[in-house]
Amino acid sequence: MNETALLFNTALASGTTLALAALGLLVNERAGVLNLGAEGMMLVAAVAGFAMAFTTGSDVLGFVTAALAGAALAALFGILVIFLNTNQYATGLALSLFGYGLSAFLGVSMVGRTLSARENYEIPVLADLPFVGPAFFSHHPMVYVAIGLTIAIAWFLYRTRAGLLLRAIGENPEPAHALGYPVRLIRLAAVCVGGALCGLAGAYVSLVTAPLWVEGLTAGRGWIALALTVFATWRPARALLGAYLFGGVTVLQMNLQAGGVQISSHLLTMLPYIATILVLALISRNVAFIRLNMPASLGKPFRPGS
Amino acid sequence: MNSSNSRKMNRRLFAVAGLAATALVVGCGKKEEPAPAAKAASAPAKPEPLKAAWVYIGPVGDAGWTFAHDQGRKAVEAEFGDKVKTTFVEKVPYSDGERVIRDLASQGNKVIFATSFGYMDAMLKVAGEFPDIKFEHATGYKTAPNMNVYDSRFYHDAYVSGIIAGAMTKTNTLGFVASFPIPEVLRNINAFTLGAQSVNPKVRTRVVWVNTWFDPEKEGAAAQELINKRADVLLQNTDSTAVLQTAEKNGKYAFGWDSDMSAFAPKAHLASNIVDWGPYYKKSIKEAMDGSWKGGQRTIWGKPEGTNDVIKMNEVIPEATRKKAQEALDAIKGGTLDPFTGPIVDNAGKERLPKGEKASQDWKDKVDFYVKGVEGKVPTGK
Repeated sequence: MNETALLFNTALASGTTLALAALGLLVNERAGVLNLGAEGMMLVAAVAGFAMAFTTGSDVLGFVTAALAGAALAALFGILVIFLNTNQYATGLALSLFGYGLSAFLGVSMVGRTLSARENYEIPVLADLPFVGPAFFSHHPMVYVAIGLTIAIAWFLYRTRAGLLLRAIGENPEPAHALGYPVRLIRLAAVCVGGALCGLAGAYVSLVTAPLWVEGLTAGRGWIALALTVFATWRPARALLGAYLFGGVTVLQMNLQAGGVQISSHLLTMLPYIATILVLALISRNVAFIRLNMPASLGKPFRPGS
Repeated sequence: MNSSNSRKMNRRLFAVAGLAATALVVGCGKKEEPAPAAKAASAPAKPEPLKAAWVYIGPVGDAGWTFAHDQGRKAVEAEFGDKVKTTFVEKVPYSDGERVIRDLASQGNKVIFATSFGYMDAMLKVAGEFPDIKFEHATGYKTAPNMNVYDSRFYHDAYVSGIIAGAMTKTNTLGFVASFPIPEVLRNINAFTLGAQSVNPKVRTRVVWVNTWFDPEKEGAAAQELINKRADVLLQNTDSTAVLQTAEKNGKYAFGWDSDMSAFAPKAHLASNIVDWGPYYKKSIKEAMDGSWKGGQRTIWGKPEGTNDVIKMNEVIPEATRKKAQEALDAIKGGTLDPFTGPIVDNAGKERLPKGEKASQDWKDKVDFYVKGVEGKVPTGK
């Protein structure tokens, strides 16, 4: 019983990295911009956040710095693809590679530095409940932030005028443009929000789960987050659940191993990716379903007046 | 895989399979490190410095494998001063190994070290083209008249850490965060368990395979799962400090690996298992200088030669245990103790080494089982 609670606990903790990044990417993809630079933004933000937390001793400042760093890189990407109409795929890939190198370069002096291990925050009263307490109410605050952000983003996308506009631009930017909305600026803002959340994800690794800095710290989680947005068919709640599922599968296979159960760990490592491919195959089977879910202008540049 | 030491090859395979993009980023940065400036030009007759080069798989800042090799290179510089001129090329993908090694050879380097398993065939090929240059390959098994292989004995460390772990565990459950099921890693799991059993026969070891050499988040999660399953002393055969830090967070114990990691977890850190390539590099360079260098050799050094050691034992370890660990280190150093001495029984009950017999090198190269006391089965990957 208690062990299962601990399993839930680690699944949530390790899924939070993916959740934060996927939520961010979902926002800019909803606006029609595909940013393959997630991994690069996460890495640069991870090292920036780590350096800030290390020098000031403040995690809050670390996370803020990381979000700003992620947003700054995203803005660079946004200007290139939105205003200069460079290819989104190529630019995103370049951002990933650039971010990897830049973070390694910036982080040289941070290698081998360490922050003390982060304590979990126990929510009063709730944390004392049997089972659900240790499973859901004893976490680093960022775990709750991720849940809060999911709700906020879902509310924004589906319950506000601005959210409707954002989604409309993702579907087809022409009408919004005709109505006088600054399509490109709105897209840029969405891209920056995406970068900021990827930044939080990066700092979550370097400040909480690791907590340290080394080259390539995020180990490909940005790519998984990208897959996750598709897996979630661009819905915030599904992205969060998907992230916990991905995190949970990883933790579960370790849990089984630690308990001496024999399942090929390679097979289990593949599971999240197999699930993604399956979902992709399923949603691609039905054209109407794709139309319903995928932002129709995703990845397409918008040239006003053309 | 018929070699015992294929760790870096696996690293490569997984990097490619999983994260093509991140792995492909790595261009290779070449850095020249001039030896301390020669003193005035008063000695024009002075011989040219010996040029030596190192090829690294990772960045020198990885705080693990490549970092340790680079410390060895620096030890060479400290020892020979302006008599050597060292160069290194970091982050060289295996696919570029041949080109980089050939470049280094044609630039006049007289000794070239390739510090990862996957450079083996590339180096062998280049060695055939440059018979006058001395080639040294880490952790491989192919040699040539002008090419040696060298390796370390981490299981010396793991055994001594096991002695400490066996005494420190309250739950009689040890945890091991393992990378890939290759003989090198299995030797370490087994030596750790055998060491623990030598002081505490009730000890069991639980193993979690993470299928990576380096992924702090995954290593930390694996450590957490082991702790959740009652393991209270952990060791890892992966490269980051995450396991130590997870132990610290949970009030459990763990060890450093590759380098001194005591600073990362002051309370949880029981000792660090280190590797020091300096002695071997110094010997090789010295022999290259005085002409006694011989090719076709396989050198595996451990505690006796100063390549491996267990350092920075924590004060929290009882005096008697520290003494026992130190005695074991001394006995390994003196050659009177080999962690793999029979009887060794695997965890299915089959005898793998008869009583009183010391394991041969060939036996050690082919370890593919868990000893009694380790739970579960070795993943076959099939």
